[in-house]
Amino acid sequence: MTSTAVPTAASSRSTVAQTVHDIGLITKRNLIRNIRVPELILFATIQPVMFLFLFNFVFGGSIGQSLGDAFGGKYVNYLLPGMLVQTALFSSIGTAVGLTEDLANGVIDRFRSLPIARSAVLAGRTIADMVRTIAVIILLIGTGFLLGFEAPGGFFGVVLAVLLCGLFGFAMAWIMALVGLIVKSPEVANSAGFLPMFPLMFASTIFVPPETLPSWLEGFASNQPISILSDTVRALVIGDEFTAQNGRSLGALVGYSFFWIAAILLVFVPLAVRKYRRTVA
Amino acid sequence: MTTTPIVSAENVFKYFGDVHALDGVSLEFESGIIYGLLGPNGAGKTTLIRVLTTLLRADSGKAFVAGIDVHADPSGARRRMGLAGQSAAVDGFLTGYENLQMIGQLYGLSKIDARSRADEVLERMSLTEASGRQVKTYSGGMQRRLDLAASMVGRPEVLFLDEPTTGIDPGSRIEIWGLITDLVDQGTTILMTTQYLEEADQLANRIGVIDSGKLIAEGTSADLKDQLGGSIVEIKVTAADLDATLVALRETFDGTPDYDSGRNVISIPAANGPADLMAAARTLESLGVMPTALEIHKPTLDDVFLAITGPQGGES
Repeated sequence: MTSTAVPTAASSRSTVAQTVHDIGLITKRNLIRNIRVPELILFATIQPVMFLFLFNFVFGGSIGQSLGDAFGGKYVNYLLPGMLVQTALFSSIGTAVGLTEDLANGVIDRFRSLPIARSAVLAGRTIADMVRTIAVIILLIGTGFLLGFEAPGGFFGVVLAVLLCGLFGFAMAWIMALVGLIVKSPEVANSAGFLPMFPLMFASTIFVPPETLPSWLEGFASNQPISILSDTVRALVIGDEFTAQNGRSLGALVGYSFFWIAAILLVFVPLAVRKYRRTVA
Repeated sequence: MTTTPIVSAENVFKYFGDVHALDGVSLEFESGIIYGLLGPNGAGKTTLIRVLTTLLRADSGKAFVAGIDVHADPSGARRRMGLAGQSAAVDGFLTGYENLQMIGQLYGLSKIDARSRADEVLERMSLTEASGRQVKTYSGGMQRRLDLAASMVGRPEVLFLDEPTTGIDPGSRIEIWGLITDLVDQGTTILMTTQYLEEADQLANRIGVIDSGKLIAEGTSADLKDQLGGSIVEIKVTAADLDATLVALRETFDGTPDYDSGRNVISIPAANGPADLMAAARTLESLGVMPTALEIHKPTLDDVFLAITGPQGGES
């Protein structure tokens, strides 16, 4: 005698609908934590705000005047767009840390024992983290206005810049998801995540225009993805005056940005999902 | 008519580098029972659970849950089983209710069905009152109960419980034992691992003893004890009577009585059961010695476990 299946759950849902449904549930679960522990967003905002103040007041005087007309002599106009990209970058480390915590306390095992889409746990994590990143970025822009930030590109440009940074953070989160699944410990995830970011961050156009860098670094610094993203954000919030100065059109910059975002996702989504399937807590 | 086993493992091997976590384990059992997997830390209990629950792929061998090959159709198998691991795998920032509702929905229940199922399971785990609180405010025992509740949300035919009472206080342990027994009464089949002989003895209809990745003994608790031979008669007498008693008993029982000075007990292997108890009593009576204790018992699972695994297997 064989026992017959007792349909405990609707098993006829289409794969795509089920995947979207499962991702939605896990995203919601991860977002609830951000709402119930507002300190998470508060401290994630304080750090870039502190950077913004420090850099603006320490370097603003010497850098501000040499930036060209596009920035009206104000360093904050140059710095803030870069800081938005940096925030998206740092924020992605939270993905690695969050995943390792879930691994450590068995939540991932529970999810893996459920009949859910295999990508749902990672997608639910990276999407929720993107929402958190966008919240932090909006708070940072608000602070920027207090420091005299101007956005000649207008409201629409700012909105597009926020979305672009969110999307870039989302792509970076998949890299960090892979890092988290490899290192497995929250502490290691935190330091391993930060490590490659510092050289990328300083050898970029986030803080200073690339012309001021030594020539061997300038080529790398103007073309690496973080610089492309920073310049695209500048093109969106500052407008034509920046693109004229930068030499690349808004269209080209947006194109390069999407190229990098797509490239990161194409490589790291499959790697992370594959690693997730094989990961043993 | 043969009954298809609800869980079966056939010659399952799993190596982690040089560590033979599972070294050819085969076992099967039919539905409606509690199967207790007993063994020390590192014996392979958790690895076997992880293979059966699709979390880990065996290097070789086959595993079936509810007739489904867990490697060939993991999602099919997942619909039929529930898992409660060694730690409480619940989200501390969600309420107990939200945790269960989410899991119900992940099983594909509608929002409304998931809500009523959450209520039902919370009620059964006596967590209704705490259901609106964030789980991080729960005691350890409550978190384990919620974890158990989470494993039941999908109405699994087979529940895998990995050391369900490790690290919780004795009161909560007895409560969880009651819940496990209730589940089986309602038709769920359970495979649980434990390091506690007492727990396997109390709950499991069948016990598998696992050590160094091998299933080294299997049977009911009584079967395993029988492997150690028959019963044991134990006698305690006052120190003044000890020497004379020991001499007389050794005469009656052909030299087999042993004196354990640590426990201050004379023990006699009693292959003839009660007849040997009576013989011991008569010997004492003829000596005029009144024992401070006189009892006959089957070997405990501790005796069995130590006898099978040897001293090196019993460490934890």
